[in-house]
Amino acid sequence: MGKRTVIPFGPQHPVLPEPVHLDLVLEDETVVEAIPSIGFIHRGLEKLVELREYPEMVFVAERICGICSFGHSWGYCHAVEGLMNIEVPERAEYLRTIWHELGRVHSHLLWLGLLADSFGFESLFMQCWRLRETVLDLFEKTTGGRVIFSVSRVGGVLYDMDADTLAEMVRTLRGMEPEIRRICQVFADDASVRNRLCGVGVLSKEDAYALGAVGPTARGSGVAIDMRMTCHGKYQELGFEPIVETAGDCWARTQVRVREIYQSIDLIEKAVERIPEGEIAVPVKGNLPENACFLARVEQPRGEAVYYVKSSKATKFLERFRVRTPTCANLPALVKMLGGCDLADVPVIVLSIDPCISCTER
Amino acid sequence: MYPEQHFTDISADALVDRVTEKKEQGYRLVQICCTNVAEGFELLYTFEKDLTAECLRLTCPKDTEIQSVSGVFWPAFLYENEMKDLFGVKIKHIVLDYGGNFFRLTQKTPWNPQPAAEGEVE
Repeated sequence: MGKRTVIPFGPQHPVLPEPVHLDLVLEDETVVEAIPSIGFIHRGLEKLVELREYPEMVFVAERICGICSFGHSWGYCHAVEGLMNIEVPERAEYLRTIWHELGRVHSHLLWLGLLADSFGFESLFMQCWRLRETVLDLFEKTTGGRVIFSVSRVGGVLYDMDADTLAEMVRTLRGMEPEIRRICQVFADDASVRNRLCGVGVLSKEDAYALGAVGPTARGSGVAIDMRMTCHGKYQELGFEPIVETAGDCWARTQVRVREIYQSIDLIEKAVERIPEGEIAVPVKGNLPENACFLARVEQPRGEAVYYVKSSKATKFLERFRVRTPTCANLPALVKMLGGCDLADVPVIVLSIDPCISCTER
Repeated sequence: MYPEQHFTDISADALVDRVTEKKEQGYRLVQICCTNVAEGFELLYTFEKDLTAECLRLTCPKDTEIQSVSGVFWPAFLYENEMKDLFGVKIKHIVLDYGGNFFRLTQKTPWNPQPAAEGEVE
């Protein structure tokens, strides 16, 4: 047995856009144990629910994260709508599904760029982010925002999209697809990329399930968990099937995300074909029900996010709003993946769960 | 259409047994959260199997010492440390106990403020 040393990784590190810390216990160059620390930037957004009326709180919820902001606003609205038993118009649910999938394309392209950056492939990083700009342009055109959209509200959505806008969105995404395929081919076939990803940070199917992994982290290990298989949004009508890889390594997690980009474009196209005419929101007035609670789950780009709301009195203020973010659920799996890896692979493995500390430090 | 909600009330004494049952039935742990309620704390343990979520709900006075379930579901240590830091829930035998330093906070248990002890400067 070699001499054991402890190396701090983070909270400031070139590969980490946000602060997370790992104490890495090493034997020579091999990691034998990793102890995570978070909590450097905890914001306490959940507590604001005591000061904001439930219709206003949606704008706080979407500020949990700048990448999956739409998903957070949808998750919050879905929970409150469930609590109040509100029937959301069909068209609003389709519009939410379209924006949510657009968010997934943007998030996965952003992540692919960060992954390329983590192993020093800078031109690949720039190409991924160049493509992502087109998706942000679509967001700007349809919501007016590129990061925070403020388009979801309890009872529906604030803006509609006309047929021309929807058709243009599909045309733009289909136009991007050959470029995405050309760039993603590098992640699939390039020898230097495969050397950094294949067989690195392996998580078995059993461990992924037992440790509560979610999203591409779980699906890359063969666990077919995806909240789009449940009844939120219009995924059932669109014939959604989860994308699963079985190798459980960084490459498998990458391939899940790459394939999900194509799947999201397909889902958007199907949603545009099937979106019905009609209202985009129902008026929501009055107080919350007394002594009620609701637990909603939404599939964010990084995995399952849980939104729990609880009201005790008939007022406009929730008693509790709780968000369990996907990164939080993936931290135990990350610790498992790091055991036995080379020190040089730590940045790539950390990035392979697509950590979002902003979400985790909500 | 909304998913059916499954909440089961349990006592603090039965917690570990009920959580162990869930583990044996093949559930995974989804989350644990705490809410300040009139009776003290309400702890919610959420599990999932075949895409169906089930919750165990435990209501107890604030000074009750709760047994950790991290020995059954290891990832529980994250949520238990969080509850300990933010609410001051007394949880014993957490497998990875950060001793109140999971979050870097300027105030102790900010979501359940305690009166300052005699001689303590806030």
